[in-house]
Parts: sequence; structure tokens; C-alpha cells
Amino acid sequence: MLLYLVRRLLYVIPIGLAVSAICFSLVFLAPGDPLSAVLPADASLELIEKLKADYGFDRPIPVQFGKWVARAVQGDLGISIATGRPVNSELARAISNTFVLAFFACSFGFTLGLVLGFIAGYWNGTWLDKVVTSLAVAGVSVPHYWLGMVLVIIFSVFFNWLPATGMGAGGSSEWAWDWEHLQFVILPAVTLSVIPTAIITRTVRALVADILSREFVTALIAKGLSDRGVFWHVVKNAAPTALAVMGIQLGYLLGGSILVETVFAWPGTGFLLSVAIFQRDLPLLQGTILFLALFFVFLNLLVDMVQTLLDPRIRRT
Amino acid sequence: MEPRAPDEPLVSVSDLTVRFSRTGQTIQAVNGVSFDLAPGEVLGVLGESGSGKSVTLRAMLRILPAHRSSVTGTIRVAGRDVLALSGAELEDYRGGTVSMIFQEPMLSFDPVFTIGQQIAESVRRHMKVDQQAARARALEMLDRVQIPSAKRRLDAYPHEMSGGMRQRAMIALALACKPKLLLADEPTTALDATVQIQILLLLRELQREFGMSVIFVTHDVGVAIEVADRIAVMYAGRIVETGSVREVIRTPRHPYTQGLLSSTVRGELRGQRIEAIPGSPPDLAAMPPGCAFAPRCKHARDECLRAVPGAVDVGGGHEARCVLLKLAA
Ligand SMILES: Nc1ncnc2c1ncn2[C@@H]1O[C@H](COP(=O)(O)OP(=O)(O)OP(=O)(O)O)[C@@H](O)[C@H]1O
Ligand code: SF4
Ligand SMILES: [Mg+2]
Repeated sequence: MLLYLVRRLLYVIPIGLAVSAICFSLVFLAPGDPLSAVLPADASLELIEKLKADYGFDRPIPVQFGKWVARAVQGDLGISIATGRPVNSELARAISNTFVLAFFACSFGFTLGLVLGFIAGYWNGTWLDKVVTSLAVAGVSVPHYWLGMVLVIIFSVFFNWLPATGMGAGGSSEWAWDWEHLQFVILPAVTLSVIPTAIITRTVRALVADILSREFVTALIAKGLSDRGVFWHVVKNAAPTALAVMGIQLGYLLGGSILVETVFAWPGTGFLLSVAIFQRDLPLLQGTILFLALFFVFLNLLVDMVQTLLDPRIRRT
Repeated sequence: MEPRAPDEPLVSVSDLTVRFSRTGQTIQAVNGVSFDLAPGEVLGVLGESGSGKSVTLRAMLRILPAHRSSVTGTIRVAGRDVLALSGAELEDYRGGTVSMIFQEPMLSFDPVFTIGQQIAESVRRHMKVDQQAARARALEMLDRVQIPSAKRRLDAYPHEMSGGMRQRAMIALALACKPKLLLADEPTTALDATVQIQILLLLRELQREFGMSVIFVTHDVGVAIEVADRIAVMYAGRIVETGSVREVIRTPRHPYTQGLLSSTVRGELRGQRIEAIPGSPPDLAAMPPGCAFAPRCKHARDECLRAVPGAVDVGGGHEARCVLLKLAA
């Protein structure tokens, strides 16, 4: 078991290196000059050359990559071209904002998904199941940005109950636990939670229906367990898969959603990424992609480990 | 609990009928089964696949899917009207008064709980003891069913045991709360021949020690002879013949039983499957009005098709449902 964990952890190193190389070079595939966006149109050749040298863009790409990696492992991702602030601090703030959004979306989505999934699975085949299942299908099919805009039209424009964009009054990007800030998170969180809710509903429904149809459930009833006693067995059997799916969904949300964050102007990683792309802010773009890529590598590792810990059939072998 | 006359049988099933409704069809799985069982008696139920053996046992434990099946008739066990039980009373009855061993032990244990947890769970439910006492009882039972290094096995998961071990553990689970009646649904069919014999011997030994009644369902005539005091032969959801093992085996009176026994070559009784009678059992969704065996019976005549033949007692509690017996009487 321990050996397995160590091996899995060691795998992360080559994967991480490969991922960062891809992140770094992908950006160079895009046409255009990274500095053109920030330079005035009439900038002298001299100035351009000087800036290029400052940012290191005049060196061969492998050298740039080497330097970038060397600094990245020390936690330095360079300076944002657009804002002049370290990519690190831009990223850190965006990450914490995305986490806030993901926290609300998950709390809402997982609770709803688990409840709906259990109901549909328990009453598998009844009208209740059919209603829930159709809702779930609608949930995964509806486009994020469209739903986001519909919610904004209803709750912000029409009823004027909730703010449409941003995460605080006056374009603030600092989170606080009060209604002033909470009201900003509701619409993006609900929008973001729709897909995880639907996916978890479907997963849990299938799991519960499958478990309930197994012979051992009959055996549990046969030994005199109450519905509540059986419920606990169903939960424990469903838990590894349900948790893994929730973990993956949480991961996706923590990675930030470009579409939802852009629609709601929520200053998280997804928003940062879209800003970096549109402004061709190379260091910011590379740093953000690297963070997100490594994040998903670790996320998969974590999901694997949790699943292993929870399922005795994997644990002992 | 209602008072029980001293000579009342432990189990008294009368006119048990089970129907399943599925996509507009009604499957008549059990059609008027009646039998009594004395305390400590072992009834072997024989019959080919689909004859309603499992459904009968499941009806007795009330574990058929409630919304898709309808059960009528009466089932009395230890003085209780089983079909009238509900809620906590029903839960006390299941696993407390009557317990069941299933055919496939791998499928009948929850894969993510240890064997010890699953036995202890039942013990706590029925004996109202704490976790420690329940665990001790589980250990005692694993010892009792001769599982080697029982203490270690207590913390084993079902997939970590062999088929034979799991079936022993299933027996330990079923008997941990000292039921008065054990329902064994082909408990050895899924096992190797040598393991089968060990399990049969163990079951017989435990049955005597616990003094419980057993209903033992099997395909296997040899197994039935080995374990049972009495035999009931089922065909298309009816008991077509019943009597002491001796009577039924030596002088089978129903043509189906006769075919069944002659297809099982003497001296090679064990391990033989019932299949040598030509033809196949009737469609349970379209049961004929008369004797269900008629299409396969070489003695069939007009009156066989008119109504279901009544049970005729040929002496000493040996009964069969065949018009030939009425003619003889
Ligand atoms: N839950 C159910 N829903 C619908 N039909 C069922 C159900 N359970 C059993 N049946 C039907 O009832 C009939 C009797 O089945 P049963 O399982 O009692 O047979 P059996 O005698 O135990 O056979 P086997 O030896 O194969 O175990 C079969 O035709 C089966 O298809
Ligand atoms: S009643 Fe008729 S058909 Fe049925 S077993 Fe007897 S002789 Fe055969
Ligand atoms: Mg069966």
C-alpha cells in the first residue's frame, strides 16, 4: 500500500515536467508577438529589442524553457506583462477566488445531487425516477453561459434581487463572509453547480439502483435489518465511486470555469486565463496553465488514493 | 406472540399462492402450496428449475419484491401469522425466528463489510447485545462452523475467503441468532463436490445440535435423501408429492416423481441433475386448468386436463396429486 503511494507520487515528477514543457511551448504556437499587445504602435525598434531582452524573449526557446522551469520550481513564475505584478500573486488571488466559488457550487451541487440520486435510485423506474433523470439529462445538456445569462436576466435584470457580475461592491476582488459578498456568489455558484449536480445525480442513481438489485441486499433484509440498516450498507457500497466522482467534479470546479467566470466577471483562475489570452500576457498565461495542469495531475492522484483507501477490495491486494 | 397449542407444527403453510406481474403478464410462480413442518424436522424440497422452490422460501421470509408480487394463503411459523407481520415484528421474525442460506455465498455477503461485522450486525439486531458481545458471538459461530483461525477470519472480507469458507460463514450468520427454522436454498449447488459433502455434514450436525427445523431446497435427489426426513416434490408451483424420504424414494406415486427418480441412476445419486424427463415445464404465465404435468405424462387422460388433481393420501402422510391414485382408491 505504502509502496503503491510512493510509486504514484514519483510518477508525478515526469508527468509534471512533460506537462510544463507542453504548457510552455503551446503558447509559442500561437501567432503574433507577445510584446505587441503592450507596446505602443509606434514603439522604436530599440525599445522593442530592449524589452525583449528584459523578458528574455530574445533567447532560443529551449533556453527560455530551461530558465522558466528553473524559476518555476523555486516558485517564481515571472512578471505579468499587462499588470507588471508578479504572476504568483495574480495567480494566488485568482485561485482563492475560484476556490470560494467552487466551495459554494460544490456544497450546493453535491447535496442536491446526492439527494436526487438516492431518490431516483431508490424508486428506480417510478415516475419520480423519470422526473429526476430527465432533469439530470437537461442539466448536463444546458450550456453554461446560456444558463448564466438567463439567471442574470431573471434575478438581476428582472427582479433586481442579486448582482449580475463581480464578486463585491465596486469591483472588489477580496472575499469576505458576509451578505455583501455572499449575494455576488449565488448566481455564478448555481450556474457552475448544474453540471456536477446532474453528473452526481446520475452516478448515484445508477449506483443505488445497482446495489439495491444485488442479492446481498435481499440477504440483509432476510437477516432482519430495517430500511435504515440497509441504507447504511448501500451508502458504504456507493461511497467509493460516488466520492471519486465528486472528487473529480470538485477538481474541475477548483480548476475554474472560463465560461462561467467570464460571464459573471468572477476574478478567478478561469477569468485570469481568459484575460491572459486576450491580452497575450505570456508569463501570466504560462503560469496559469502550468498551475492548472499540475493541479489536475495531483487531483487524479488524490482521487485514486481516496478510492483505494475506501474500497477494501483494492486495499488488500 | 399468540399462544400455541403444544402439538401445533412449527410451520404450517396452507394454500400459498405467489403471482408476479410483469409487463402485463401474470406469472403464477406458486399455486397453492400447503405443508406442515414439525419442530426439528427436515423437509427436502425437490424440483426442476423454475418449479417455484426459491419463491416459496422467499415468500415464507417475506423477501419477495413487494410491489411486483402478490402473496396469498396463510403461513404460520412459531404461532405467528407471517403474512400479517409488519414493521419491527417482521424484522424480528426475519433472521430471528427464521433465517436463510442462499445458493451463492459470494453474492449474499456485502462485499465491503467484514464477515465479522456482518454476523455481529445480525446478532446485535436480534439478541440486543453490545458490539463486543456480538463480536464474541460471531467468533464463537465461526469456530462452530469449523472455520480455521476463526479469529483472523472475523476481519476478513468475503472476497478473501474460498467458496466453501464463505458458505460456512453464511451458515454461521444464519444460525448466530438461534432461529427455529432454517431455509436453505440450494446451499451446496455452487460448491465443489468434496466441499458440498463437508457442508452437508456440517448442516446436519448443526441441525441436530440446534434442534431446528430445516427446509432444504435442492435439485439433487441424493442430497435430499442425505439430509431430509421428509421430501416434497414440486412441479410448476405445486407440491405434487410429499411423504417420508423412505416412502417417496421407494414407492413414488406421482408420474413426475417416478420420472425424476428413474432419471437418477441408483448408486450415482449425488451430483445428478434432474433433466431426463422429456419435454419442458408449462409456461407459468399460461397455466393449464388441469394437471400441469399432463403434456409430459405418459399416463395422461382426459380427466387430467379438467381440473387440478387433489392430493390423495396413500397412507402414513404420503400424498400425491394424480388422478391415477383416485382411480386406484
Ligand atoms: N422477482 C421475480 N419476478 C418475476 N418472476 C419471478 C421472480 N422470481 C421468480 N420468478 C419466476 O418464478 C418462477 C419460479 O422461480 P423459482 O426461483 O422459485 O424457481 P426454482 O424452483 O427456485 O428454480 P431453480 O432451481 O432454478 O432455483 C420462475 O419462472 C421465475 O422466473
Ligand atoms: S394427473 Fe394425469 S397427467 Fe397428471 S400426473 Fe397424473 S396421470 Fe399424469
Ligand atoms: Mg431457486
